[in-house]
Amino acid sequence: MTDIFELLKGKGSEKQPVIVQGITGKFGTRHTKLMMEYGTNIVAGVTPGKGGQKFENSVPIYETVKEAVDATGAKISIMFVPAKFFLGAAKDALEAGIKLLIAIPEHVPVQDAMKTIELAKEKGAIMIGPNTPGVMIPDLIKIGIMPASPFKFGNVAVLSKSGTLLYEISNNLSTSGFGQCITLGIGGDPINGTRLIDAFDMVKDYPDLDGIVVVGEIGGDAEEVFAQKIIDENFKKPIVAYVAGRKAPKEKRMGHAGAIVMGNYGSAESKIEMFTKANIPVAKRPVEVPILLAGKMEKK
Amino acid sequence: MRLLEYQAKELFKEYDIRVPESIASKDIESGRKDAEKIGYPFVIKAQVPVGGRGKAGGIQKCHNEDEFELKYPEILNMTIKGEKTRAILLEKMTEYEKEIYLSLFLNRSKRCYTVISSAEGGVEIESVKDQVIQEVGLGEVTEKVAKEVAQKIGLTENSIPHFVDILQKLSKLTVEKEAELTEINPLVILKDGSMMALDGKMMTDDNSNFRHKELAKYQEKTELEKKAEESGFSLVELDGNIAVIGNGAGLVMSTLDMLTDNGGKAACFLDVGGTATTESVYEALTLISKMKDVKAVLVNLYGGIVKTSIVASAFLKAYDDKIIVLPVFARLMGAESEKSKEMLKDSETKLSPSIEEAINNVVMEVNK
Repeated sequence: MTDIFELLKGKGSEKQPVIVQGITGKFGTRHTKLMMEYGTNIVAGVTPGKGGQKFENSVPIYETVKEAVDATGAKISIMFVPAKFFLGAAKDALEAGIKLLIAIPEHVPVQDAMKTIELAKEKGAIMIGPNTPGVMIPDLIKIGIMPASPFKFGNVAVLSKSGTLLYEISNNLSTSGFGQCITLGIGGDPINGTRLIDAFDMVKDYPDLDGIVVVGEIGGDAEEVFAQKIIDENFKKPIVAYVAGRKAPKEKRMGHAGAIVMGNYGSAESKIEMFTKANIPVAKRPVEVPILLAGKMEKK
Repeated sequence: MRLLEYQAKELFKEYDIRVPESIASKDIESGRKDAEKIGYPFVIKAQVPVGGRGKAGGIQKCHNEDEFELKYPEILNMTIKGEKTRAILLEKMTEYEKEIYLSLFLNRSKRCYTVISSAEGGVEIESVKDQVIQEVGLGEVTEKVAKEVAQKIGLTENSIPHFVDILQKLSKLTVEKEAELTEINPLVILKDGSMMALDGKMMTDDNSNFRHKELAKYQEKTELEKKAEESGFSLVELDGNIAVIGNGAGLVMSTLDMLTDNGGKAACFLDVGGTATTESVYEALTLISKMKDVKAVLVNLYGGIVKTSIVASAFLKAYDDKIIVLPVFARLMGAESEKSKEMLKDSETKLSPSIEEAINNVVMEVNK
């Protein structure tokens, strides 16, 4: 399995090069600037029809990901393309040898996401998203649309389905003295390139890891499968969870394409029950997360 | 999109899956004509986008005109689990030997389509013990796999070919219409071993709507939901009296949970989305002002991509234009929250440092 920390950190002092697909769009432009401000090494942009131009007079723009990869050797790409063009753009990236694809777009059709995942598997690549705020190692690299202020470097991994709750809960953690070694948005879609269990596999062997915070929400069974894995692997480090949508009505999509309860499938009760079974305390409110985490750490 | 039974059955017919003779209507005048065409006795079925209508009295047998005149309006005016009846389906009664269960659904953790089938049908699948579950990749079910499923649920030799045929057609329908779920419950076995879909449920992927113009006619949205979609935010109408607004689906759900825990009742879930502007938030406030029964507004923002000042400007404009006359309770955090608090300090908005406090205040306000 590709080591996400190695991919994000790179080797030696050189920062990992990152490509931005859809760099000239309004959203892409804004967030490319913010990522550069944070210190992310953006080396190239891709916008079909704008090859040869430069972004902010410094970053070269290419027609295809292949040209950008050939010129820069980048293995990471972040996508800001409209959902309708997602599949084509993702194929372009994976065929060009991208190993970590950060898929920001919301509203990507499920079948397109599934096709992308099949191709990524074939190519030995990882996709995070779609509909993810991205991934970051605080103070080192930010590949995504999250604001910088909630995050501080430390030893807790935060894995979240929701964007704003990732910011809110990370902020609560940071102000309580729990910095983060990585924060990763799973995405709010029904189908995720990196599932909660995959994200767990990515972080569980991180040597300095003190604990994991899982921010879940109604819909699907990612939380249940995650809890089962914790039981099966007898993982002992502290984990705390939060589940949004306990009081949401059934059979209604609550903002995220994936946030829907069908029968008992996807219900908050089912998730909380499984977390409890795995001895993972579930916070009732976001502010309780650091308190529960501190409690778990003391008990250890 | 959640299709109603009659809509799912229209698609079943298109894909050559047998269904009983039936006609849908939305008023009793058309219903009377349908009744004549179908002939007594038949079943009157409430068309609602929610399960459990049978238990709620939404499915009733009808033997003659007197019963029809009584039951049609009764079922048409029903509200089942908060959902009003959208239409009425009159359906010919079918004689059958056995009810079974069949569905294809998007298995989110396995990231593939999955067939679920059982020799027990007509009840909620959660309560069925002997389910056969078979993963089928991107959705196309081969004859071989369909046969395996048929054998596993213990069908007799003369039923197997019918089952294989229906499952393959259902998988074609599921993949082509990009559904997250297609369900036939019950699928019934007739005397001659052939099969018929007595009910139908389908949930399609809204994000693929742009590829399916043919399904647009099934879209059932309220005026408010349509307006919300046009403005780029998500709105779910609920039956309480406190409008809940925030940015990000997770944060708004979390706010709704905490509000309900503290005895408040939400009138709506409104996520202004990641691309909110002053104009779109103003539009959101306009929508809320048109909702009935709303007594107060609860705002929870964590500014990041959407700056809280964008929302603050929208509120100021809405106050100026007298769009909001309701009391507003807000918590503002993150990007530009200090600036926003300054902007709103002389307005009617009551700011709280924490969401807990804002919730306590809004609950007290509506209960006073």
